[in-house]
Amino acid sequence: MTETSLKLKTGLADMLKGGTIMDVTNAEQAKIAEDAGAVSVMALERVPADIRRDGGVARMSAIDMIDGIIETVSIPIMAKVRIGHFVEAQLLQAMGVDFIDESEVLTPADEANHIDKNAFDVPFVCGCRDLGEALRRIGEGAALIRTKGEAGSGNIVEAVRHLRSVFGHMRKLTVMTADELMAEAKRLGAPYELVKIVARDGKLPVPNFAAGGISTPADAALCMQLGAETVFVGSGIFKSEDPAKRAVAIVKAVTHYQDPKMLVEISRGLGEPMPGLDVAAMDEKDLLQTRGW
Amino acid sequence: MLNIADAAMSGAEIGVLALQGDYVEHQRMLERLGRTSRQIRKASELEGLRALILPGGESTTMVKFMEEEDLMQPLRDFYTSGGALYGTCAGTILMARAISAPSQASLGLMDIDVERNGYGRQIDSHESPGACRELGEEPLPMVFIRAPIISRTGPEVRVLVEHRDQPVLVRQGRLLASTFHPELSNDLRVHRYFLDQVA
Repeated sequence: MTETSLKLKTGLADMLKGGTIMDVTNAEQAKIAEDAGAVSVMALERVPADIRRDGGVARMSAIDMIDGIIETVSIPIMAKVRIGHFVEAQLLQAMGVDFIDESEVLTPADEANHIDKNAFDVPFVCGCRDLGEALRRIGEGAALIRTKGEAGSGNIVEAVRHLRSVFGHMRKLTVMTADELMAEAKRLGAPYELVKIVARDGKLPVPNFAAGGISTPADAALCMQLGAETVFVGSGIFKSEDPAKRAVAIVKAVTHYQDPKMLVEISRGLGEPMPGLDVAAMDEKDLLQTRGW
Repeated sequence: MLNIADAAMSGAEIGVLALQGDYVEHQRMLERLGRTSRQIRKASELEGLRALILPGGESTTMVKFMEEEDLMQPLRDFYTSGGALYGTCAGTILMARAISAPSQASLGLMDIDVERNGYGRQIDSHESPGACRELGEEPLPMVFIRAPIISRTGPEVRVLVEHRDQPVLVRQGRLLASTFHPELSNDLRVHRYFLDQVA
């Protein structure tokens, strides 16, 4: 991948910072999201809470649905592909989708390999649970990383765990000596060159957003205060009592994340959030975050 | 306007609108030029500012904030009371008089019309060197991300750089606008020009 190509890819991610990216399953929801001030919409077949409930195989969204969203909104459009399903990604690139999410929320197509994202001109976002996973995806060409959290759970605990893990580990790298970094790269299972960059800069070489379980304005602000540069909200909006109102509130909370007084105003009169799940009580096989490596 | 002592107390005289977008990248450029800056999210924070950067990002999101949180008029007042503004990409859209594809509200400060996503979608984002006499011999690295196109410039607007026969860096008095992102390059000349010549 050329330097220019990477700059254009991470450049779009830079433009999304401080914004909210919302999961939508049709053009009507995309319009609600755009009107609420979303910086981008993520097209998927079903929101994670429904995928979890219904089971079965979750795939890339139908072409017609994505077409409908492209025609409806002017903000950048993301869409999900199954882990390792590079042909789904080729289709989305050919359609003019602006960002591709190689996502654990869909049923993986390849249990061994992720997509070679360097081979594409369109930028990719990928999930991670820890720093090693983040750097492996960046090594494959991801232009944006999101901590996974537990999608469709309505529970922020996993997003917090993953943010703490990534940022804690980055801080640790910055105080390591040069001769410790190769051993650390081995432990992380991450490319040595990228480990050196993180040790030098104290941050990932691409933007770092949060996802998975965000259902209130305070959840969004928590992720931002923990270091995320933007949030993805999935089921949290369209599974709540008043999606349009909650969408606006979360957008505002991401901008005013350091201002508790504003957050109080923003959080008033939103109706019920989505119901949440106790992730600790869930079976390992029901977790989405463990898909991919 | 605050006096100089108050302005110093409230921090820098250069602000970056921080509703959303790559405002931190702009602050890094200013820092490299030895200037401190502060993030602006509310009208009250405009007090004491001399110059304001409107960053890249999603113009629809920013306009929505500006309308809902009553920032439109304070930003116009900031300009009429002597403030200077520099907009990149989305920031250019915010400053323009008329916007198309689709139409949306704006500050209407600069006598230009813009077409949103004028080059197409992300796949059409590109980088290209630009020539600008005012900024020196060295080609200017220009990064266009889902960039708008300036489709009309008024008589007061001076075109500083063109790309594919269209203006991409323009100036009108205390207003500077680029459809590309100098903050995503290592070239400090546009920011330096804004601080030294425009503001």
